[in-house]
Amino acid sequence: MANRLRSIEGMLFLFTLLLIAVLSLTANNFFTLQNFFDLLNQNAVKIIFALGLLVVLVIGGIDISFAVAASVVQYATVVILMKYLDGGGWLSGMLIAMLIGTMLGMLNALLIYGFRVVSIIITIATFNLFFGLLIFLTNNGRSIYRLPDWLVERLVFIRIDDTTMLYLPVAVMLGVALITTYLLKFTGFGRQLYGYGANPEGARRAGVSGWKIHLFAYGWLGLCAGIAGMMQVTIAQEVVPKALYGWEFDVLVAVVLGGATLGGGRGSVSGTILGVLFLALLKNAMILLHFSPYAFNAISGAVILFAIMATQWQTFVRKRQGGLV
Amino acid sequence: MNALLKNTSLLMLCFLAATVALFGLIAPQTLSAGAMRSIAFQLPQLGILTLAMFIPVISGGLNLAVTYIANIGGLLAAALLTKVFADAGWEVGIIALLAALAVGAIIGALIGLMVAWFDAHPILVTLGAMILLKGVMEWVTRGGGISGMPEYIQFIGNGTLLGVPIVFLIFLATCAVVWFVMHYTRLGFAIYMIGSNPNAAEFSGIAVKRAFAWMYALSGALAALAGFVMLAQNNSMRIDAGKDYLLITLLACFLSGADPFGGFGKVMPLVIALFSLQLISSGMNILGANQFLTTALWGAFLVLVMVIRYLAHHTKQD
Repeated sequence: MANRLRSIEGMLFLFTLLLIAVLSLTANNFFTLQNFFDLLNQNAVKIIFALGLLVVLVIGGIDISFAVAASVVQYATVVILMKYLDGGGWLSGMLIAMLIGTMLGMLNALLIYGFRVVSIIITIATFNLFFGLLIFLTNNGRSIYRLPDWLVERLVFIRIDDTTMLYLPVAVMLGVALITTYLLKFTGFGRQLYGYGANPEGARRAGVSGWKIHLFAYGWLGLCAGIAGMMQVTIAQEVVPKALYGWEFDVLVAVVLGGATLGGGRGSVSGTILGVLFLALLKNAMILLHFSPYAFNAISGAVILFAIMATQWQTFVRKRQGGLV
Repeated sequence: MNALLKNTSLLMLCFLAATVALFGLIAPQTLSAGAMRSIAFQLPQLGILTLAMFIPVISGGLNLAVTYIANIGGLLAAALLTKVFADAGWEVGIIALLAALAVGAIIGALIGLMVAWFDAHPILVTLGAMILLKGVMEWVTRGGGISGMPEYIQFIGNGTLLGVPIVFLIFLATCAVVWFVMHYTRLGFAIYMIGSNPNAAEFSGIAVKRAFAWMYALSGALAALAGFVMLAQNNSMRIDAGKDYLLITLLACFLSGADPFGGFGKVMPLVIALFSLQLISSGMNILGANQFLTTALWGAFLVLVMVIRYLAHHTKQD
């Protein structure tokens, strides 16, 4: 099992290196620190989402409502800050965003576990509920351009020179990655999450609480969605209710590519980050090699199907040999 | 009362009566002859897509790719009609329809084979297929679409036969086919058995892998048929056509008693439930409800249905 896990991420790592090699050879200024920093700046928000979704996939669930939930968080947080807190500050702003995000995530958990509904059905429902209400209540999706000053200030986290900089979202992404790694790998609760994902009934008999697992996993995704939503505002410098619509599938493709499955019990932080970066590099490569940009989604769809087959290869081999499961 | 709960067809008829009564009270114009006629024209798209969703749901899976299989099927038919065999006779219409059905069935069969051979979760496989097909649509159409169908295709979409919309007749025929397949053939029996317990089905000699391929092929062909109907009615096929139907197809399945974990659910209550949902949809339209508010209400409705199902199930056991 451990070997197989390592080999899926190992394969992805090799493919990523291969892509980097191809890109370095075909494009002159690809292999530069500046380009690497840009890659991180552009994908930090997506990685934060992906780390949240990873935990849900680890427990054997799925969620497609998190991206529109992040839009709800953005809008609600900015409205609350501007109306009641005179613009607020980093502390109040992030706390409100994280609170709303966590609550939206836990609402999913409540419906999924409380009423024993398959997670995809509930999150398709809440996706439509969140999105429909958000657009309806914002007068058909009117954007907000007047934001608190602290939110539109671009904070630099590492500065090499005027063009080579890492911004705040990358620092936040690293923080979320470290905490997620610690939770999943180095705490007993993290092992419970994997155990529950691999075998819910077995974990339940061993004393693991299904409520705790669900509230934590979906709450964690909501929290990450809240953080990612605010980080996206610092980049976009505006709140557009439809801006994150459709991100759920990009993020899902990346996490599945990183080795997580819907069966639960599998997936890692390193695989998830690699999954996001691999897809970003692939997009880069397609542009540099003059592929039609319209083809990108088709290719990422093909990539996810291949990733599913690669992850389940052992099962296929066993079935070919006449085994049952 | 207990007998009523067990007979889902009767339950769905009561629900339909309640819907009719509700709209009769708040907006009588939704029940006019003209409104009924427009329902007969609008129901087939949603209805055929829901049948495409229903078959895998009974096996304990889902087919989240139905709307984009419909897109691809419709697009292929549109391309054949307007680009490849432009200005040809009505025989091309049949070729276009068969080509759409074939591509839907092939996509479906590939999905089914992947689910069967790799034990990959149908949700994930069909989500992946959905992303791939959506991408292919974007790639081929560059975000646009194909429009301007020959007149006989538009006649299929908007014409009537003895006063009944042709698309409605197509819908009824499709319902009859699915009803027959699900309740009176070996494939239908296999689908119900797989939904109840895939391992037991395999051990009792059912060719599970073949059944998976056939059921998703059937689902894909039905989705493509829905795409053809969309093409005939809208006189065009563009990306994302009918994507809002996905939620309502799930709603119809689970409202009419299909079990999300598979094995249970019948065609007749499903068809009756579809009439109620289309009536609600048309009614909201006539009342001038905001499109996004309607979307939110469908979401809330699906949550409500799942909660009621849980509560009904658990109070029965006590």
